[in-house]
Amino acid sequence: MELNRMGPGMGSLAFEKTGMVFPDGTEALQDVSFTVDQGEFVTVVGPSGCGKSTLLKMASGLLEPTSGSVSADRDQLGYVFQDPTLMDWRTVQGNVELLAELHGVESQESERIAIEAIKLVGLSGFEGHYPKALSGGMKMRCSLARSLTLKPPVFLFDEPFAAVDEITREHLNDETQRLFQSEGFAGLFITHSISEAVFLSTRVLVMSARPGRIVEEFNISFDYPRRPELRFDPSFAELCGEVSLKLRGSHS
Amino acid sequence: MTGRSTIQRPGTVRNLIERLLPPIVLGSGFAGIWYLISYGVLEPRRRFLLRPPHEVVQVGFLDWDNFSPILSSLWSSTKVAMIGLAIAICIGFVLAILMSQAKLVERAIFPFMVTLQAIPILAIVPLISFWFGTGQRSRVVVCVIISLFPIIVNTLFGLQSADRGLHDLLTLHHAGRVTRMRKLMFPSALPAVFAGLRISAGLSVIGAIVGDFFFGKGDAGIGQLLRKHASQLAGEELLAAVIMSSVLGVTVFLFFGWLQQRAIGRWHETTTGVN
Repeated sequence: MELNRMGPGMGSLAFEKTGMVFPDGTEALQDVSFTVDQGEFVTVVGPSGCGKSTLLKMASGLLEPTSGSVSADRDQLGYVFQDPTLMDWRTVQGNVELLAELHGVESQESERIAIEAIKLVGLSGFEGHYPKALSGGMKMRCSLARSLTLKPPVFLFDEPFAAVDEITREHLNDETQRLFQSEGFAGLFITHSISEAVFLSTRVLVMSARPGRIVEEFNISFDYPRRPELRFDPSFAELCGEVSLKLRGSHS
Repeated sequence: MTGRSTIQRPGTVRNLIERLLPPIVLGSGFAGIWYLISYGVLEPRRRFLLRPPHEVVQVGFLDWDNFSPILSSLWSSTKVAMIGLAIAICIGFVLAILMSQAKLVERAIFPFMVTLQAIPILAIVPLISFWFGTGQRSRVVVCVIISLFPIIVNTLFGLQSADRGLHDLLTLHHAGRVTRMRKLMFPSALPAVFAGLRISAGLSVIGAIVGDFFFGKGDAGIGQLLRKHASQLAGEELLAAVIMSSVLGVTVFLFFGWLQQRAIGRWHETTTGVN
């Protein structure tokens, strides 16, 4: 299935000496180089204001880098924003159908795709609810489902679970990790939570304070699917400690 | 932007009493003071200045010869207000949409909108009668001028208030201008549009009555009637006409509130939202 995704260049993302200086002179990123290949889940952790979101905006093409280059398979990009960014006037179903609709998928087909995506994130039964009736975690699930509809080969996450409580966040992490397994996208995830980063990723990149640079890279070799209990594993804690240490170092 | 009200649950009897009792008590107090002034303060020969409530009801409302002209002129004012409001809505929407599409257009139009808003209607009465005559057309023009501004400002504000993230999402998926307007900006604007409509609807009624005072030719409205009764010192009819004008204003306001509830009540949080 979906063999075309496996071809060279498909579903991958590459930063090549990328830099970003905003018109007001703020240097957000400096000389960032890394790639995210098919089947990889790369998380970038860094202090707030280090240009992590800028990284995603450039990956998606919303921003052009001022130096270096970004190449990405932007055909049907999945982008999960910091906020759920749902349309208040659409039901869960309507929100999830939006992208298919924008790409001209006929309505019966987009309805089917949406129902499937809603099921994937565990929101079945809430299709007819409006966002105002959903909890923060459910809104985020809805947002996830919307991004899943187009089966994006590249998935960008901009601190998507920062605003939900700890328990919900862990649940959503479990599910993201499961979706990464089942959908096989290349994921680039931004967060400031170290345990979230280590739990989800195949690779964790640590960024320095502004101007953002990649200062360290950690390969995370725990097997998928990762059990929630992994969070209490000593080796997990040790790895988190290492990342944390590096992050503190980059702060000063 | 929009009115804040608490969520209204389908009323239990107790709820209904709690809601109705305060205005009833206040209203009775008001009627009491009215009687006090009519009978206590005013001497009988000056009582025409404020007729007691029951006489207003008897003469103004229950005497069909007096009440039917009130109704018919009220109807013609309603027509003027609705035509004026409809025109203001069309002009307002078009201008707001144009302004939302380019900052340049907004910068160009806005000063003139503010100027139009700032001109006292009295000052341009001669011009209006000069251009549009002294009949219904001029009454409609007054309505349009008075009710246009809130529609433009609120619609524009609404269109511009669409979520940044959703704009980005549409950009990522190559949505064009029309799609963006139809799927994002217009629905986002609806709560603000309705807030503007409620204000403008009330203003259009005022516009229709004010217009009557200056442009009384033809099938004149309640404003002319008010003028006539005032000049004849017909206190009962005058008060009845005043009451009916405010009934019209309140009806229009309630109608648009109801329309808003029907149109966007399902998804729009009218309480101070928990995000």
